[in-house]
Amino acid sequence: MSTNTALPDVLDDSDVSRRDRLREQHGAKAPLLALAGGVLLLVSGLLSWSYDDRILGDISIRFYPAGIQIYAMVLGLVAVVLGVLLRRRPGWLNPGRGLAAVGWGSLVFVVVALVTIARQAGGSININEGGWVALVGALLVFAAGFVAQRFELNVRTWPRLPGWAEILVIVVLMAVLLFTTAYTLGLDDSWTFVCLLVTLLSVAIALVGSGFGEYVGFVGGNNRRVLLLAAFLVAFLFPFTQDGSDANMSIATQILIFAATALGLNIVVGLAGLLDLGYIAFLGTGAYVGAMLSQSTFATIGWKPPFLVVMLCGMAVASTFGLIIGSPTLRVSGDYLAIVTLGFGEIFRLAMFNLDGTNGPDLTNGPNGIPAIPDLNFFGWDFGKVHTVAGIPLGRFSNYYFLLLLLIAFVILVFSRLNDSRIGRGWVAIREDERAAEAMGVNVFGLKLLAFAIGAALAGLAGTIKAHQDTSVTPDQYIFLESAFLLAAVVLGGMGTVAGVLVGATILKLLPEKLRDAADYRLLLFGLLLVIMMRFRPEGLVASKRRQLEFHEDDEELVQLAQTEHLEEAK
Amino acid sequence: MTVTDPAPAAHEIGDRVVLEAANVTMRFGGLTAVGDVSMRVHDGEIVGLIGPNGAGKTTFFNCLTGMYIPTEGRVTLAGEQLPPKPLKVVRAGMARTFQNIRLFGNMTALENVMVGRYCRTSSMALTSVLRGPKFRREESATRERAQELLDYVGLGKSTELLARNLPYGDQRRLEIARALATDPQILLLDEPTAGMNPKETEETMHLIFKIRDSGLAVVVIEHDMRFIFNLCDRVLCLVRGSVLVEGTPGEVQSDPRVIEAYIGGDDADEEEDA
Repeated sequence: MSTNTALPDVLDDSDVSRRDRLREQHGAKAPLLALAGGVLLLVSGLLSWSYDDRILGDISIRFYPAGIQIYAMVLGLVAVVLGVLLRRRPGWLNPGRGLAAVGWGSLVFVVVALVTIARQAGGSININEGGWVALVGALLVFAAGFVAQRFELNVRTWPRLPGWAEILVIVVLMAVLLFTTAYTLGLDDSWTFVCLLVTLLSVAIALVGSGFGEYVGFVGGNNRRVLLLAAFLVAFLFPFTQDGSDANMSIATQILIFAATALGLNIVVGLAGLLDLGYIAFLGTGAYVGAMLSQSTFATIGWKPPFLVVMLCGMAVASTFGLIIGSPTLRVSGDYLAIVTLGFGEIFRLAMFNLDGTNGPDLTNGPNGIPAIPDLNFFGWDFGKVHTVAGIPLGRFSNYYFLLLLLIAFVILVFSRLNDSRIGRGWVAIREDERAAEAMGVNVFGLKLLAFAIGAALAGLAGTIKAHQDTSVTPDQYIFLESAFLLAAVVLGGMGTVAGVLVGATILKLLPEKLRDAADYRLLLFGLLLVIMMRFRPEGLVASKRRQLEFHEDDEELVQLAQTEHLEEAK
Repeated sequence: MTVTDPAPAAHEIGDRVVLEAANVTMRFGGLTAVGDVSMRVHDGEIVGLIGPNGAGKTTFFNCLTGMYIPTEGRVTLAGEQLPPKPLKVVRAGMARTFQNIRLFGNMTALENVMVGRYCRTSSMALTSVLRGPKFRREESATRERAQELLDYVGLGKSTELLARNLPYGDQRRLEIARALATDPQILLLDEPTAGMNPKETEETMHLIFKIRDSGLAVVVIEHDMRFIFNLCDRVLCLVRGSVLVEGTPGEVQSDPRVIEAYIGGDDADEEEDA
């Protein structure tokens, strides 16, 4: 048995060298394979995939691509483009890695599609020629990705376009983003959605892996303001793509509230490094304040101030709770802090459950909560009514969506400005080494409290809007699981980044809505997703450079790269 | 390699006592880590602390900087008694480095030094979000000062590197820059040349002279005897928590008790350096 211990190493070595040898021998064939596979995928889009016209949208008609046929064509197109690029070898791209991603993606995509057709139609006999052609194409692209040579990207210089062209790149990118989002949300069929997700994911990974992502980052860095503006414009335009339907807008508003709260949590966890497992309580505090001070006939407090005052009250009360909870708990750190905050989260829920008049003052109506909270009304703009702007009707959720967009802009502003300031540096220093921070004159306890208070205030603010949007507030909305999901959004997306948390929040809220078929396995799938993430990308989907280096210390290449980049910037 | 001896009269030691530790005692249960140690440091003076491992040098530092609350004794800085709170000690004007480097590894060199400016700046959460002219002025002043200090210690080109990726010697120098950023009157260096090669050690010595010449008092813990005897105006030898010998480098170097403490102790290897 003693030889067993040495075995994995040996295997690893030979594995790597075998792959290298394979790439050396057959690397030259990769562009051709990619081209052939890509063309087959493109052709398959024009062919019929199934006899049955009710599966995965209608994919039974020839020369009229729809649904997953279009996805296959997109994958094919990307494969062809990468194949051509692989042949021409531009110094600033690494098409080989992109091809690998597209190869995996198209293989998974085609297999999922074919299995779905076979399962729903009762046997693989129902798969038409298009499906088989696509399978062959996917296999070829996969092979191409496997043998394609990887280039070292030593040259860190991208072709510089004139200013207007760079802005055009951003605009086109954002337009694609808007269109894709609207399209994705428009899908009803779970399995079509899965296929699209695989397609989008593999294309995204391919673009990032081959170096396009960095180029976009470079262009975005040159035009930061334009990028920000364009992103908000896209978000602003989104309701206009929905034709007055509120179904997706309802999901979108939920995502925004969730994201705003997660961004608040990101200050506490991502910047200051304090693990808070009861964060949902602050959202709850805000929601209850919003409900109690609302026009609802069930509101328990007589005072009914205008909503702006309510928002301020929500922030104030939540941050006061943050201070009250924080001042004793922040004396412990690490695991202990996590457990104590978890406890406080539960205490909040139980307190709200019991403040029903029999066990204490009647503030929350106990388990019944505060229902019938009326819609907001800003200067005559009734949030409950449908408004028509430029011929496009905007329903109730669209109205809230615009308000929440403002909220999230505010939260992002607070987050990013705090991050890049004396306070933010203090937080990161505490996260890095508490004792050293203290010895350098950083007010550790004060800053931790501040992080708690600001995080709580932002969640409270989001809560006041949530109360109106949900029209009722009950204690069971604020269970521990919600705190866990918030934390998952932060970890999944990337701690300490804005974009990451937005992505994480979107994934965690959007997937359950769209994958209704898998609703029973929701928690299992999330757990799996987190485990996979922690194994392959512990720094989160969108990583700050800091976190990336933290987790991939051994990756010499990355460290070198970061250093040369820094040096170039310094010059 | 030759080490230049500083000429004895090359600089003036001021009359003002910057730091005075009076009868500092630190007991952990029954163990007396530091017993009745008194020390005075004047303006522009470099004082060395030597002693075998476990003699209580670092514990003494921790007492001075408020990281430990001394069981007995008091510490005064420029005539004012220091409360045993690291935060207040730094504000009063005493900064330190650590024996095992404690930089903020995932922050850049510049950010590390900027954290050092924390206690000399005042913008709070609201001003940080609003970004008024005052905030911007303070922020750019902080950045400028940090860059200045990095240039000062010779790290001007490593500004944007993550602290963890710096070479070992640079990390030690970065710690010094970070400590200097707090505008101290006195700098406590805990083994500033540990792990350095002879060339880096010499550079560090010149850096410390430069710091001394700018008017700061410096206290240094070090095991490298050649370094300490060339650098310091006065040397204290701590053994088992109390001062064994105090005097000029020459006096301490030739004192038989010091030699015995090192050779007779379990740290015979330290003698090689002397």
